[in-house]
Parts: sequence; C-alpha cells; structure tokens
Amino acid sequence: MARVEARASLAKADLQDVLREMLLIRRFEEKVEERFRAGELPGFLHVAIGQEACAVGVCRALEDGDVIASTHRAHGHTLAKGTHPNELMAELYGKQEGCSHGYGGSMHLYDIERGNLGANAVIGGGLPQITGAALAFQLRGEPRVAVAFFGDGATNIGTFHEALNLAQLWKVPAVFVLEDNKWAESTPESQHSPIRDLSERAKAFGMKTMKADGQDVEAVYKTARKALDHARGGDGPVFVHLDTVRFSGHYIGDPQVYRDKDEARELRETRDPVELLRAKIELSDSDFSELDTEVTEIVEAALEFAKNGTDPAPEDALKNVYA
Amino acid sequence: MPELTYREAVRDALVQAMRSDEDVFIMGEDIAEMGGSMGVTAGMLDEFGPERVRNTPISEMALAGAAIGAAMQGMRPIAEIMYEDFMTLAAEQVVNQAAKHRYMSGGQVTVPVVFRTQGGAGWSPGAQHAQQLEAWFVHIPGLKVVFASTPEDVRGLLWSSIYDDNPVVFFEHRTLYPIKGNVPEEIEPIPLGRARVHREGEDVTVIATGRLVHESLRAAEEAESDGISVEVVDPRTLQPLDEETLVGSVKKTNRAVVAHEAVTRMGFGAEVAALLQYQAFDWLDAPIERVGAKFTPLPFAPVMENFVIPDAADVLAAIKRTVGKG
Repeated sequence: MARVEARASLAKADLQDVLREMLLIRRFEEKVEERFRAGELPGFLHVAIGQEACAVGVCRALEDGDVIASTHRAHGHTLAKGTHPNELMAELYGKQEGCSHGYGGSMHLYDIERGNLGANAVIGGGLPQITGAALAFQLRGEPRVAVAFFGDGATNIGTFHEALNLAQLWKVPAVFVLEDNKWAESTPESQHSPIRDLSERAKAFGMKTMKADGQDVEAVYKTARKALDHARGGDGPVFVHLDTVRFSGHYIGDPQVYRDKDEARELRETRDPVELLRAKIELSDSDFSELDTEVTEIVEAALEFAKNGTDPAPEDALKNVYA
Repeated sequence: MPELTYREAVRDALVQAMRSDEDVFIMGEDIAEMGGSMGVTAGMLDEFGPERVRNTPISEMALAGAAIGAAMQGMRPIAEIMYEDFMTLAAEQVVNQAAKHRYMSGGQVTVPVVFRTQGGAGWSPGAQHAQQLEAWFVHIPGLKVVFASTPEDVRGLLWSSIYDDNPVVFFEHRTLYPIKGNVPEEIEPIPLGRARVHREGEDVTVIATGRLVHESLRAAEEAESDGISVEVVDPRTLQPLDEETLVGSVKKTNRAVVAHEAVTRMGFGAEVAALLQYQAFDWLDAPIERVGAKFTPLPFAPVMENFVIPDAADVLAAIKRTVGKG
C-alpha cells in the first residue's frame, strides 16, 4: 500500500523528466511534420501535438505488464509506452528496424514486448480487444490492466458501445481513456454528438467515470493512477475522460478550413501542456533550453537511424501473413 | 469406432480441448443454459461453469473482438457466431483486426482464435438466417477457412483449428448437425489444408463443400447406374487449399464439377475453376461445370427455397453435361 501511496502523485523530481518526455514527443512530431512536408515520408500521418500530457500521464501510471491499444494518432502513446524513438522513426520510414518492421507504418505501430497491442486505423477498432485482453487477465488471475485510447469521434461507433457494455458486464480490468479533443477529423463535436458530456455514455453502462484536464499532466497521471488501481483491484473498468486540445489538423497538411484560426491560436497560447508544466515547475530558460537541446539531439539521431535503416526486400511482403 | 452425430462431434472437440487446456474457452450468444441455438454446447455449462462457457450480449463486434484480444494474450478462445449471416456484424473485427494483427506488427503477435458459425438453407429461415458466406472470408489473407461435412472431419478439423496459431473461420452446416458417422476412439487432428477423397472415380471429379458433399455423393451413385464413374472430393479447408489433390484428381478424370450451396456468382467454386483451368488445362476434356445457388437472396416459401438452392439433381445434371450426356 505504501508503494501505491507514494506513486499516487508524481514527485517533484519526476516532473522534469515528465517535461522531458513530453518535449521529446513534441519535437519528434514536429520533425515528422517537417519530413512529411519535405516529401520523405510515405503514408497517412496524424500528429497529436497538444495532446502529449494524455499519453505521458496515462503511460507513466501503468505498471509493467499492463497493455495499451492506441489509435491512428499514435506516436505519443508509442513513445510513452517505451518504444525507442529510433524504432518509431524507422517504422515511419518503412524500414526493417521499425517497431512493426515496415509492415505497419504510422497508423499500425506495435510493440508487443512492451505491451503495445497496436495502433488502430479503424476508429474504435481496438476497444473490443482491450475488453478481451482484460478478460484474459481476469480469467488467469493476473494483476494486469488493459487500456484503450480513443477520441471523441470513436464514441459514436458500435465497437465503443459494445466493448464498454461487455467490459462493465464482466467487470474486467480495463481502463477506457477518452482523449476528447472535440474534433472527429474535421467534424466538430457539436455535429457528431447530441450530448456535450461524453462520459454520460459510459455512465449509461453503469461504468465508473473520472475526469481530468488533459493538458495538466499531473492531473492526468493522478486520475489514471486511480482508475488503474480501481480496475486492478477487481472493481471493474473505468472510463477516463480527458479534456484535451488538438493543435494540428487531422492529418499533416490539413489546411483546417473548418476551424476558426483565432480560436486555434488562443488554445495553443493558453493550453499547451508543455508550457503549462514548464511554468508549474518554474524551469529557467537556460534549463529548458538544455532540455530542448537534449531531446532535439535524440530526434535527430532517430532520423539518422531511420534514414540509414534497411529497406525490406519487396518479397518480404509475403511473410507474416500466417503464423 | 464410436458413432457420433455432427453436432456431437463438434461438442466433443470443444469439450476435450477445454478439459485438456485451461486456455481454451468459448463465448457466444445463448450458448450457456440454452446450449446454443443449435444445441451444440448443450451440457457444457454444467461441466465448465460460466467463466469458460460464457453467454454474451447480442454484440457480435464485441464478442469477436474480445476473443481476438484474449487470443493476443495467448489464450485460445472460440467465439460462436450464432448464424453465419451475423458474421457480417463481426466482420470489422474478423477482417480488419484478427486477420491483420500478425501482419501489421511484422510478425510480433499471433491470434489463435476460432470463429465458429453455422448456416445454410433447408429450414426456410429466409434471407437473413441461411446465407453461405464462406467466399467472403476466403478472400481475406490472414484468415484460415474451414468447412467440414462429416462428423469425423468436423471433430478433427475443429481440434486443429483451436490449436492453430492463426484466426480460423469455422463453418458448420445446419442441416448436417443430425447426420451420424463413425469417428476414431481418440480425436485425430486433421491438418488444415488437406482434402478428403470421399469416393474414387474415373470419368468426372466433383469438388464439393458442406451439404453439397452429400448431395454430390448421391449424384455419384445415380451417375454410376448410368455408367459414369464419379470421384467426389471435399477440400474441407478452403484456405489453405489442397490444390495438389484437387488438380491431381482432375488430371485423372479430365472433367470437373464444382459444387456448393452458396450462390454460384463469385463463389468459392469460381476460384477452384480458375485454379483447375490454369493447372490442368491440357487435361480437361470439357468445360468445368459450376453448381451453386441461383443469384437471389434466399426466399421463405419452401417451394421457392428448393428452387433456388442446388441439390443432387443439379450436380447430376452437371456431371452429365461434362460427359456429353446432358
């Protein structure tokens, strides 16, 4: 119990490391945007700039052995769950050294060894499998939790409702993390949902719900910790509603004709999770600059690693279809 | 050798796998107290309890997806999808998820799950409870597809499917549940990808699946009285497909009929016909005949249903056409 108490909130010393991790994700995704615009990266790419505190706050709260399922906006979750930036960047370049060995790409990032069951390019696609992973933990009596990330757009699809209903019915150790950025691609929440408080949907299944400011990484961590303890303790699944902001477009290159430019700018100025934490821990400009240099070097090294990676042979496409 | 019905043979494979392996469990709609809509899981709740014989809500996406999720953690779940038609509801999880996790991860994960389902015409269930949709799933790389036609085959193939490390869509035919057949004392696993030659012949090969295996055997009997010697082959697994046995048989008989209950258009038989014309072109003495349902949804009225689906007479007519006696 002492250990849980100690971990219920982040120690001051941890916060600088949290900032470093969020900044690494930020610089990583900015680099991805840059290389995509330069025409170097194939595929469909979605960055989660602005949502870093959700990924880092939740993943920091996980125990070894816990698993996650991610979304099409997966770079942050993947890094926060422990995949090395080199392996992630190599995947985006379609290299054998990538975390999915070139078979997945940005929308299908996997790292099974580290408990990442995969980014999913079908909205809501991973949710039933998180219920199933949690069922396996329950049947085997393992103290593990399965965590699904998804956005507000996913709360309209059948898999969301079916997976939450089943999870609550069977009281499996799952946590469903809604990253509510108020946009389903280009469609605002007011056009995709008749209710404003999406956690009402989980309450309809009798599921415990918790809310946090998704831009405040400490709040996210504390809430995730509580949710995980609840699920791990055998008290059933929890729905965690994180209020967050997507600074970028749906995809890299999205001109966001659907979005008010002033509002987007204001959100960026007032709700940047990196800036908020930096102010909170009163990090000096020189210390921040040092941190920035450090993570930027990691990103540059990842880029170098990826570009020097090994292209799969074309006929490697025929492998891994069957076990 | 004991005699089991096809229904009992399915149940026997399930029960024995669950007895020998804690990682095997089954979930589906109405499978516990009720024993399943077709009675396949009757009695299993008493032996294994509600943890391992799990009733689910009417939620095919969640039930299929939860089975996939548990399989990715190393369990060997069996998801019973009550009617084949409802595989369309589970399709997102089966097609986009189960079939692709191994591939998209570059080989990091296996998904040893079985989706058991049943269908077929014959009881006038109408258009939403009797379709034969095996061709949909054979078209998806990453899935294995089984369609067994006898008690011995269904038991041995289900065992192999449960212990296969890939997702398997396992089709049963509703009208076959009561048929009886001898099975080995102990379960003998039947490897996926091996056809069964039910009857040897010299003049025509009939390649048939599911109920049409039995219709084809009846047609073969009748053809024999007409002096036509018919070989009947059941591929049993549609993916992987035992091309060697199929092609070898046609090279011997020089004529082929492919027969299934699903609609002929774009059916599994179309793929078999393409395979045969390519690999046995120089051996063929007649166009390959295809037997299947007419291109309509299944009608309700028994007279219309009988008109739409193929039977022994249709197979016999096709056999006769290939030998120029049509």
